[in-house]
Amino acid sequence: MTFNGWIQIAIYCVSIAILAKPVGAYMARVFMGERTFLTPIIGPFERNLYRIGGVDDAREQHWLPYTISVLLFSIVSFVALYAMQRLQAVLPVNPAEMGAITPDSAFNTAVSFVSNTNWQGYAGESTMSYFTQMAGLTVQNFVSAAVGIAIAIALVRGFARKSARTIGNFWVDLTRATLYVLLPLSIVIALALVALGVPQNLNAYTDVTTLEGAQQVIAQGPVASQLAIKQLGTNGGGFFNANSAHPFENPNALTNFIEMWAIFLIGAALTYTFGRMVGNQRQGWAIFAVMGILFLAGVAIVYGAEANPNPLFAGFGIDSMDGNMEGKEVRFGVALSALFAVVTTAASCGAVNAMHDSFMPLAGMIPLINMQLGEVIFGGVGAGLYGMLVFAIVAVFIAGLMVGRTPEYLGKKIEAKEVKMAMLTILVLPLAILGFTALAIVIEPGLAGMANKGMHGYSEVLYAFTSATANNGSAFAGLSANTPFYNTTLGLAMLMGRFLMIVPILAIAGSLAAKRAVPASAGTFPTTGALFVGLLAGVILITGGLTYFPALAFGPIVDHLSMIAGQTF
Amino acid sequence: MLKDIRSAILMFIGLAVLTGFAYPIGVTAIAQLVFPNQANGSLIAKDGKVIGSELIGQAFVSPRYFHGRPSATSAADPQDATKTIAAPYNAAASVGSNLGTTQVALLERVADDVAKLKAENPNTPIPVDLITASASGLDPDISPAAALFQVPRVAKARNLPEQRVRDLVGQIQDGRYFGVFGEPRVNVLKLNLALDGMSK
Repeated sequence: MTFNGWIQIAIYCVSIAILAKPVGAYMARVFMGERTFLTPIIGPFERNLYRIGGVDDAREQHWLPYTISVLLFSIVSFVALYAMQRLQAVLPVNPAEMGAITPDSAFNTAVSFVSNTNWQGYAGESTMSYFTQMAGLTVQNFVSAAVGIAIAIALVRGFARKSARTIGNFWVDLTRATLYVLLPLSIVIALALVALGVPQNLNAYTDVTTLEGAQQVIAQGPVASQLAIKQLGTNGGGFFNANSAHPFENPNALTNFIEMWAIFLIGAALTYTFGRMVGNQRQGWAIFAVMGILFLAGVAIVYGAEANPNPLFAGFGIDSMDGNMEGKEVRFGVALSALFAVVTTAASCGAVNAMHDSFMPLAGMIPLINMQLGEVIFGGVGAGLYGMLVFAIVAVFIAGLMVGRTPEYLGKKIEAKEVKMAMLTILVLPLAILGFTALAIVIEPGLAGMANKGMHGYSEVLYAFTSATANNGSAFAGLSANTPFYNTTLGLAMLMGRFLMIVPILAIAGSLAAKRAVPASAGTFPTTGALFVGLLAGVILITGGLTYFPALAFGPIVDHLSMIAGQTF
Repeated sequence: MLKDIRSAILMFIGLAVLTGFAYPIGVTAIAQLVFPNQANGSLIAKDGKVIGSELIGQAFVSPRYFHGRPSATSAADPQDATKTIAAPYNAAASVGSNLGTTQVALLERVADDVAKLKAENPNTPIPVDLITASASGLDPDISPAAALFQVPRVAKARNLPEQRVRDLVGQIQDGRYFGVFGEPRVNVLKLNLALDGMSK
């Protein structure tokens, strides 16, 4: 570990804390329907969209119609994206003449992008036409992120409202999240990235004769526009196979910082929006603190592990001062690769600037744990906040059990219905992650995909189902996952991880909104102090720790012990 | 319900037009106008011919040139399209090795590279980036130490004094942005172009 490495990490953390407030306050205005400085420009587009879609923006929805709207919109998105991939060969803007995608891969990719996972079974530059990348994938990058934000806002309204029937209008939340939040920020970020070297064109791939006289085909395309929203919407689906490790998708340390800021920006800011909307800013900062503590712990472990050389290289006479450089780029080095890995898996982004498969075993375990905890550490846009609030419900429930009082959170009584729904969302993750992993490691089509031998091969499979269920999308990328078996099972895992979360959470939102507010009394457990922060972090770690420890012990932990003992595979 | 389905379809189309067409096309137009060089891939021309991109590494094998890092990219086998063969720095198929730390395949590859590099410069410890595959397979950079490691070989192949080649590395080397962000590095293609310019 170097001093300079820690300085970069510190600058990143401080800048996120500073950016959270203005962006969060802006989003609060947007979702409370107030005027913002962008209203004069965006307002006409917004009103026209409502007119075209037949949406009455003044009419709010009960939680059930809200949920139905979410599901209908997701189904339409899925069908459109599936059809676009299957018909790619006959659609326009296809200079590289890419053929149709196979049915299983098209299913997987459509689910993947609609569920905001952006797991990529395919390699972008050799499979997808520019048309599919823009009209299909980029669109989902926006709207799947907007759906996540809408749901988080609906849940926050559940806490903020008293004796109310409705939790907002999905079409309005969707449109506002896209037009007022994601689109303007993406334009700014995309142009900044181009200025720093990211390509943005619709040219055919460039054929060059290299300095030594060899032929090189340089894949390009509208990279910056997709990259900006891929980071900002915590999507993570790269334009290129190597994702943000590709020099066109991340040319230098400055673009790397912009990309890392974009991943956390909305997730961190939503904690402020939450505080503003429930009328107590300290509630928002308490959530921010829990996220920050868990994040820093992850960074310290990954950076610590990666800064050391691979012990099995001892005896080769290597100057290993730079740490574990397999699967990393020189311009980022170990510090920025470690930081990016924690950022991208704490949030449900899944973009990578280094290959997690080649990390030290313990460093590779942290991304796994981040995802298994449900991506609540800033998390996916929207998804992080609603996931964290579910844990908060469980935390106050446990605190209530300990002192024998009915638990309350933000002035709302937490009763059987909320706790049941919260537990349901928490149990979906291990069910899909552990269930599908167990299946894959006992049947032939599952075993066939492993690239690495020994327990690291198993880690690849565990990582794949963890990433899919948590809607992250990063990978231990050695796994050959573009097969009918993996495309299907991972697709199902992504569906479970997205929609079996969303429905109970909207039910909680509806049930909370309908409740009366309970005035805080001397017996109310304060949810703004250090005690609550510690309790919430503890609930998250214990829930995750108990559930996944055996699965992790077989994978990264055995791998680590093998490495120390000099055992190779 | 029927009205909701209609809303879902129409809102999808409306948002798709804005985010899938207007946004990327608009960004492309501005980018091409304001930053044409970057927007078209930071291509480098020599004698009027495009010879590569400043951002994309190239495979160098001649002892007269500095070499980049090991690359795990592959390409379809021209003999048999169902198979792939190693094709370092294939800029149409980026990929890393994805080998874990305990894999025999990794250790054998490293042992091979170490043997070759030791033969070339036996007295200096080998910088770790010269024997580890990059994440993209297209890393355009090597560390300054990795460039200096290759100076004796390049100088000998070109009949140049080592000090001149070492000075050139120093000139081409990029530092951290604002002294803080990123790592010091040397762009291999730029270095080799400068080398060709110097030898004339």
